[in-house]
Amino acid sequence: MLEIKCPYCGKRSQNEFAYGGDATVKRPELNKEVPDEEWDTFVYYRKNPRGNHLELWHHISGCRQWFKAKRNTATHEIIDTFELSDDIGDAS
Amino acid sequence: MKKYSVFSLIKNALSHHQNWDVAWRDPEPKKEYEVIIIGGGGHGLATAYYLAKNFNIRNVAILEKGWIGGGNVGRNTTILRSNYMYNANNLFYEEGMKMWRNLSQELNYNVMYSPRNILNLAHSDAQMNAYSRRGNSMRLNGIDAQLLYREDIKKIIPFADFSSNCRFPIFGALRQPAGGTARHDAVAWGYARGADDLGVDIIQNCEVTGFDVNNGKIQGVQTSRGNIKTKKIGLCVAGSTSLLAEKLNMTLPIEAHVLQACVSEPIKPLLDQVVTFGAGHFYCSQSDKGEMVMGGDLDGYNSYAQRGNLPTIQHVLTEGVALFPNLSRLKILRTWGGIMDMSMDTSPIIDKTHIDGLYLNCGWCYGGFKATPVSGLTFAHTIAKDEVHELNAPFRLDRFHTGHLIDEKGIGTKTWIS
Repeated sequence: MLEIKCPYCGKRSQNEFAYGGDATVKRPELNKEVPDEEWDTFVYYRKNPRGNHLELWHHISGCRQWFKAKRNTATHEIIDTFELSDDIGDAS
Repeated sequence: MKKYSVFSLIKNALSHHQNWDVAWRDPEPKKEYEVIIIGGGGHGLATAYYLAKNFNIRNVAILEKGWIGGGNVGRNTTILRSNYMYNANNLFYEEGMKMWRNLSQELNYNVMYSPRNILNLAHSDAQMNAYSRRGNSMRLNGIDAQLLYREDIKKIIPFADFSSNCRFPIFGALRQPAGGTARHDAVAWGYARGADDLGVDIIQNCEVTGFDVNNGKIQGVQTSRGNIKTKKIGLCVAGSTSLLAEKLNMTLPIEAHVLQACVSEPIKPLLDQVVTFGAGHFYCSQSDKGEMVMGGDLDGYNSYAQRGNLPTIQHVLTEGVALFPNLSRLKILRTWGGIMDMSMDTSPIIDKTHIDGLYLNCGWCYGGFKATPVSGLTFAHTIAKDEVHELNAPFRLDRFHTGHLIDEKGIGTKTWIS
């Protein structure tokens, strides 16, 4: 059982949360010409690291806030969680 | 290789089974190979086998980080089927089903192929319509499929919940009679023995640590047992694909996720079908040892851990008990996890790459086991001829740029909800 620390509610069991995927993926800027490759990369391509991974979680059965978690994909250790507005780079 | 037969069994029984040949050698790596397959799982072993058998390329090595058959080929729930809707999947997996039918004879190794029906249960009118459409798609591609109704299902699995207060009543099912199971370890061992006999070197405990690439061409690999030269590399490493691709500065449309499965304590024969629960994600068959073999959802977060958490097991077994109430009194004997290479459209990738001599076989999600023979056949073709086979032509990497996705499940890029 993972225990995930929601930045708003504190530590809760993983049953209350839904996963939201890689948080480092950046949508291309809309006010410029975006090449197809860039769109494809944004939509489909993932770094998929073994080790620290910055990812989105949703406290769906709790406060319903989205937040970011830095979690180790090899050990499942959750290193820290952050509010969406926190700029913490790519966590690696 | 000495052929296995009833006579060899009697002969070896008389000598107390002390004189059996080893099934495959344990060779030292040579300095150079014509083709190197990375990954000694089902797909890697099958690829090497067909390279030697169909294309007479015998100077081949399989490099395996651990031991052969220790990854997903030994961790799956052994289900075989070709009950897809899209033509690309139907034709590809059905070719695989044809190969399963005589694989034991082909390999002289009993893979225990058991065509025992796969029943995809439907729990609403809408689901019956969807299965009817899928069944028609299968039949148009020459695959037998039958739509069954509640009364038919009652005769086949009378111990399922047919009570009046059932939350998800069974409306019917799509049945593929050729669907079934095979003994997964035997598949790995059979292909290993067959490949070794044709001259393939199976090198275990040999981890690939880097690649030698010059002018966009593969020159060799660096391994924990020294550098080996080669012009062609086939990557068959499932969950570890992104890690090796990273060493080649490649990013792929793949995420690694952990999928768990479990078996109950062994019981007397109960279930002679493969059954999937349509109102959630639960599938079940009974092994020859009597264990109920069960699986379901991914844990749902990126993982390389080969182990999951209990909430998913609880969720899957809750569905199991909703379908078969009599499972509730069984004890779970063991659970385990494997790392799935989840592709972004839930379909595999078998292709060449922009690096000359590097070939990719990945993105199997959790459907890789049933494809072992046909994956090996088409990947061997792709490597040997340097062009894709017509069966894997739809499964190219560039579909994520051209938009020709094979999105069988229609879930978009949220691979973890499939």
